[in-house]
Amino acid sequence: MAELDAELHVQHLSHSFGPHEILRDISFNLKEGHVISVVGPSGGGKTTLLHLCAGFLDVEEGKVTNTFNKHAFAFQETRLLPWQTTLDNIAFGLKAQGMRKQQRYHLATEIALRFGLEKKDLSKFPKDLSGGMRQRVSFARALVIEPQLLFLDEPFSALDIGLKQELQQILIQLISDGRLTVFFITHDLMEAVRLSDQIIVLDVDPGRVAHTFTIEKPQQERDDAYVYAETAKLLANPVIIKTFELSIASSRNKPDKGAAA
Amino acid sequence: MNALLNIIKNFPKYLWSGWGAVSSIFLFITLWEFGFQQYGELVLPSPQSTFHTLWTMLHTDSIMQDVHITVKRAMWGFIISAGLGSFLGMLAGLFVTASIMSRPIITILMGMPPIAWIVLAMIWFGTGDNTVIFTVVVASFPIVFVGALQGTHTLEGDLKDMSDSFKAPLLMKFTDVYFPHIFSYIFPAWIAALGMSWKIVVMAELLSTPDGIGAALAVTRSHLDTAGALALVTIMIGFLLFIEYVFMEPIKREVEQWRN
Repeated sequence: MAELDAELHVQHLSHSFGPHEILRDISFNLKEGHVISVVGPSGGGKTTLLHLCAGFLDVEEGKVTNTFNKHAFAFQETRLLPWQTTLDNIAFGLKAQGMRKQQRYHLATEIALRFGLEKKDLSKFPKDLSGGMRQRVSFARALVIEPQLLFLDEPFSALDIGLKQELQQILIQLISDGRLTVFFITHDLMEAVRLSDQIIVLDVDPGRVAHTFTIEKPQQERDDAYVYAETAKLLANPVIIKTFELSIASSRNKPDKGAAA
Repeated sequence: MNALLNIIKNFPKYLWSGWGAVSSIFLFITLWEFGFQQYGELVLPSPQSTFHTLWTMLHTDSIMQDVHITVKRAMWGFIISAGLGSFLGMLAGLFVTASIMSRPIITILMGMPPIAWIVLAMIWFGTGDNTVIFTVVVASFPIVFVGALQGTHTLEGDLKDMSDSFKAPLLMKFTDVYFPHIFSYIFPAWIAALGMSWKIVVMAELLSTPDGIGAALAVTRSHLDTAGALALVTIMIGFLLFIEYVFMEPIKREVEQWRN
């Protein structure tokens, strides 16, 4: 039963780098099976917040409680080991868990094929993979360990539209199955609308919660029209306009084209 | 183990790819022959007479002993400098202060001509193995040290964070993340140090010992035996080519195939 109660609980979190205040009084609660995204302009402390939640940085002020048993991280710049093959890169987390070679290769191969990689790609080094393929490997590496909680750092920003949709569908499937909880940062509002149950808008200097939007409709039922409409609504919201410093005229005239703020 | 099997498996293909190198060596021998025809036997003996002298030399016990002694000295010098340089270099790379402080010392060591070390070593150790090995170590150590220092100094925090995010144990972090990166810097430094060791050992022997290829070279000089000197040079170059291209290069190709 303990697993059902797993949560990422952030209370009054503040952080500074030297004299420069990055985050101020951030609080939210991510429950199991939910998705929270953090959006905001560049330099607003999104990555710092993610790193504090994932434990890469020490919490100085406030409290971060992570009761998920297993979590994984997918990075924006993939961070594959250049000297390891695709298969070894995917199996990295499994090896860290002490799984035997044969079994981890089996699982890694299985997930690689599911993520659209081909058998011949498994023995390639990252230098021989395209940017999209590297991103698939990074995702596969994070998901093969079957994490309860997945941290994503602008994971789709460098992907073409087809691959972006494909990976998002995989995530939505896992979320709908109740197997995955996601905390991710993005600067793309449409991405946030498509995937999140809650969208936290982070204002800059210092980063603080400007507003939290909640989306009730389940991810699987959100079609393109719904995502466009919700994004347009968000773009018309005064908090978003102020936080992203949008021009009001352009946000009214071309809402869907301005989604990636 | 897999790497070793791959090296053995790819070895015939690698050797076959060496025809280009062989043809350039033959071109060099052609130029040598041309030089002989211009300047005569005393200044530049023909390749034919040199190889003939080499053949005769290789059938004498004394030269084989000399080769054995020289290889032993070069290898000891190389092993000590590679071991010491790798260890101290990696250590220095971990600490900013140590890497800043070691830089001028390395510049001094690299800038000091090996001949000066030989003189000092002769005063300190007399004539014998120690003088030669010391000179080799002093000349090769900075090369390995700098390679190892750069290897640890340039370790990426990003990859460390990645391995931390998967809670990789310390040993795995070393074998999968740190070591391959550091090795990619140290290995080329080892190859450079090996070449340096081989050159320095002969020079040190020529000046400071009664045996070894260097000493044999000194004898050919005193006898004005140019063909003998060239035969010894051929032995030295042959050894270097053998170690570098038959041992080091296949290993390098295997362990660095992930590079662009």
